[in-house]
Amino acid sequence: MSMDLKTRLEQLREENQKRIKETTDLDALNQIRVNLLGKKSPITEVLRGLKNLDQDERPKVGAFANQIKADLQANLQTRREALEQAAIDAKLESETIDVTLPGDQMQEGTPHILDQIMDDIEEFFIGQGYQVVDGPEVEEDHYNFEMLNIPKNHPARDMQDTFYIDDQLLMRSQTSPVQARTLEVHDFSKGPLKMISPGRVYRRDTDDATHSHQFHQVEGLVIDKHITMADLKGTLLTLAQHVFGADRKIRLRPSYFPFTEPSVEVDVSCFRCNGKGCAICKYSGWIEVLGAGMVHPNVLTNAGVDADVYGGFAFGLGPDRFAMLKYGIDDIRSFYQGDLRFLTQFKEEG
Amino acid sequence: MDVSYDWLKELVDVPVSPEELMDKVSRTGIEVDSVHRLGDGLKKIVIGHVESVKPHPDADHLRITMVDTGEDELRQIVCGAPNVAAGQTVIVALPGARIGDNVKIKRGKMRGVVSDGMLCALQELGFSNDLAPKAYDDGIYVFDEALKPGSDALAALGMEDAVLDFEITPNRADALGMRGVAWEVGATYGNKPHFNDQPVVETGKPIADYLSAKVADTNDAPAYQMRVVDNITIKDSPLWLQRRLWNAGVRPINNIVDVTNLIMLGYGQPLHAFDYAQLGSKEILVRRAHAGEPLTTLDGNEHELTTEDIVITNGEKPVALAGVMGGLDSEITAKTQTVVIESAMFAPTPIRKTALRYNLRSQASARFEKGVDVGSINLALDEAARLMAELGDGEVATGTLSASQVPADPEEVDISLDRINHVLGTQLDEATVTALLDRLGFGVTVADGLFAVSVPTRRWDIHIEADLIEEIARLYGYDNLPSTLPTTTMTVGEFTPMQARRKRSRKLLEGLGLTQIISYSLTTAAKANAFQLEPSEETHVAWAMTADHETLRRNLVSGLVDAVAYNVARKQTDLALYEQGRIFPRSAGHTQPAEKEYIAGALTGNVIQKSWHQAAKPVDFYYVKGIVETLLADFRLEQPVQYVPTKRPDLHPGQSAQIMLGDEVVGLIGRVHPRYEQDQSIPETYIFELNLEALMLADRSEMTATPAPKFPSVTRDIAVQVATSVANAEIEAIIAANGGKFLRDTRLFDVYSGVKVAPGQKSLAYTLTYRRDDQTLTEDEVNNAFAKIVAALETQVGAQIR
Repeated sequence: MSMDLKTRLEQLREENQKRIKETTDLDALNQIRVNLLGKKSPITEVLRGLKNLDQDERPKVGAFANQIKADLQANLQTRREALEQAAIDAKLESETIDVTLPGDQMQEGTPHILDQIMDDIEEFFIGQGYQVVDGPEVEEDHYNFEMLNIPKNHPARDMQDTFYIDDQLLMRSQTSPVQARTLEVHDFSKGPLKMISPGRVYRRDTDDATHSHQFHQVEGLVIDKHITMADLKGTLLTLAQHVFGADRKIRLRPSYFPFTEPSVEVDVSCFRCNGKGCAICKYSGWIEVLGAGMVHPNVLTNAGVDADVYGGFAFGLGPDRFAMLKYGIDDIRSFYQGDLRFLTQFKEEG
Repeated sequence: MDVSYDWLKELVDVPVSPEELMDKVSRTGIEVDSVHRLGDGLKKIVIGHVESVKPHPDADHLRITMVDTGEDELRQIVCGAPNVAAGQTVIVALPGARIGDNVKIKRGKMRGVVSDGMLCALQELGFSNDLAPKAYDDGIYVFDEALKPGSDALAALGMEDAVLDFEITPNRADALGMRGVAWEVGATYGNKPHFNDQPVVETGKPIADYLSAKVADTNDAPAYQMRVVDNITIKDSPLWLQRRLWNAGVRPINNIVDVTNLIMLGYGQPLHAFDYAQLGSKEILVRRAHAGEPLTTLDGNEHELTTEDIVITNGEKPVALAGVMGGLDSEITAKTQTVVIESAMFAPTPIRKTALRYNLRSQASARFEKGVDVGSINLALDEAARLMAELGDGEVATGTLSASQVPADPEEVDISLDRINHVLGTQLDEATVTALLDRLGFGVTVADGLFAVSVPTRRWDIHIEADLIEEIARLYGYDNLPSTLPTTTMTVGEFTPMQARRKRSRKLLEGLGLTQIISYSLTTAAKANAFQLEPSEETHVAWAMTADHETLRRNLVSGLVDAVAYNVARKQTDLALYEQGRIFPRSAGHTQPAEKEYIAGALTGNVIQKSWHQAAKPVDFYYVKGIVETLLADFRLEQPVQYVPTKRPDLHPGQSAQIMLGDEVVGLIGRVHPRYEQDQSIPETYIFELNLEALMLADRSEMTATPAPKFPSVTRDIAVQVATSVANAEIEAIIAANGGKFLRDTRLFDVYSGVKVAPGQKSLAYTLTYRRDDQTLTEDEVNNAFAKIVAALETQVGAQIR
């Protein structure tokens, strides 16, 4: 093989490889490609010298030249890809933003904490097959009191000061009248009555940090042929654990409500101190959270239900009190003033 | 009911401390709120004997006393009390003592004379003026019995006795007397009380010589018993009696009045004592008052009575309001020599009403309202007579006047073991139940699981099975009940469609950025009247506490406006609030208002605050309309919703609308009237209000699936120049009516009025979208359909199409 031509070709390769490598510009690289591989390429020039070679040398040199051409093409390709990638990288680099700047403001409202608590309790009981029953807020004395074993002039009427509208009508002072209304219409041949009734109630109180003329209650009632006080205790235990935490215990203390007997007040073990004693539970380890009992036979009889066959339990709890205890709220008026700074802190849990 | 621990221990064995007792009794019977001692916080207070008194050389109102306080030397104490005298046994606060109001006593000089302590009034030990005996109001307290100098004065005064505050519920009036409390505490620990009753000794004339007594209607006074004690001397009660009274929060007066109070506290039976000489007759008649009949009660107040009041009369005129308060004329005074004691049972309701009517609720009336033990009426009367004779050096007349009486028979209640276990979810046996009932002092016979329970009269709250079950359950211990969940046939728990819709609407608004508030249903008449969808009548509560909460609301917007004002006053100016709740519209002629579920919102300020990345976006009518449209779209209403401009005093006349569904007004939207905004001190505020119930009841379209379109759609833009009075809704209606069956959507993308259109004209630009579902639309089909719209707009609203 002609050493001249071969040397010349190797020289060409070496020179151009260096130029390719040093090129930082895609246009320049393209120019190199055109120069190197076009009609006026120096390789073509070199190959013109083939005709001066021996017949048997020509294919070897030709092959060698093609090899060099292929090598340089590969070099050009590699270099072009590198330069293109660098260009993309540089472009993206130039698009860098400060990811720590704040995001756009989205529109998001907050449900009222009392509705959150009532929704939670409703769903808890819906899951146990209870109905949620709504009742009127303007109620008849008949349902608010008399059907509940609180006749006129009963001393228990002292326990609640009521807003009357006229002799017969009043702002309901409790959600218990919904018990009486539901008992009256429930068809026990179709199964037991399991209900809760959440809603607003009203008392003739002067508003201050611990009193509100408007607040909320959730009433519960289960009536069937075999409902026991143990069932009441178990139901309230699961409720207390659901609302106040899985480790909670409850205890029942004797109390008095005209529409239940036995009547109990229910304490939950303090969720702040776990029963050790703290300011929340007044160092007793227990917090009173609701009232309950076995439905008084007079209430059943008044509603036309056979008290010898049917019986069960009722309970009433205060979402306002629950919220105040659970979140350490010290002024009940906060629930009704609509201060956005207060309301929006209660993002929904779970 | 203040329960003295020392007194209680005389009546029943109490095996625990007052604090433990409080806890235990609260868990098994009656809530005890607290334990306190009158002497809490006091120290170094002793008994002193005043040996001598001489004037202070430099002060007329001071005296220098030498007091024996049990030490080697007498103690010199300067005293300002006018009643101090040699020979008195008094209360001495030694130097270093702590007396009432946390005051410390130091050795010091008074007007130059050394005073080594202080002689005390009860008020200085923390007694209130209406608890300390009146006789010593102007000076120091003087013991009427000899006590050892230097001994503990607080102990002598009973101030170290623990007082338990029993919270008596209306059903447990039996514990409004110490005997009842003793039974309750005894039942708690399985101890029977021991009362040591002493018989009354009758040494006087027959009572008939003094008096006769009659009850006009035994419904008013089912039991009415009297005794007479003659030749008594009125004086202070002995210390032991005074102690009992003030530890129960009752002020000692004199031996006779104090005995009536002591017996009431002991037996729960209120008594009344009359001065026989002042009755003015020899007969007592219990009857209803005549209308307008006058009586001056012993508090000095004159009353005009009504026929609902039960009165004690001397046969002619009232001498007492039965069960409530005695008359001034027959009050026990220092001159009283003959006392008539009344022990009775009155009808609870009239007593309650009378006490309320004259604002005279007392410990006595509270007991009569809740009932008394028919078995104690005469026991209490006898003991009162015995004690008055003893303490007043008098004699008890022979016999008891009985104008009416109730047999003191026990109540028989039957109950089965099965029933008890059925209600409680327990497996108690006969022996356990029998033992529990026995602890209460109830008679029990049992055969084949059936208990015959004999309930003594002192537990007049117990009549039915449930009453017994409660007694058994609480003494057995609620802690010992099992915890189970109800086992019934399965029931379906689900929200009603209305409940589900309310919750869904709330979530939707929250998703759109509105925060929920809860405002008051009771508001002012003016606020209740504003923002109503349709007029209705006001409903007021009687005896409202304040005008702010006296009318039932008939809209939700007023409450939201209040919340806006509250927040704006606190520099919270970007607000998006909603409320879901009831309104109470009343129809004329009805007394009871309806209750309708509404939902409403109020927005003010920016919905988006200016930030580095976003421009501020103030709320306007169309933003709020977008919220309403989104909410309404969720109902899939069959009929189109129309926004009809409205003029009303509470909304901006040019920026508000009624939201109509057919002929029915289902909502309001708009800016609050600027004048109303100004009145309420709120900035530019936009509101909406929707009748959720009407929307729930309206026809709704079925949800059915249609496949995604297979063929492309074609759009055409159209700019419509019309008079400014032409509403977008009119143009859209013409487009819809003339669009042809391939028109799928019409979207307004520009509204322009300005230099490029003639005065009085505006230009609205819409994008119309056409599509066929069976093949690709041809150019001709679209052009033809478009041309029809153009023609219709030109002829119907004189539009120029640009």
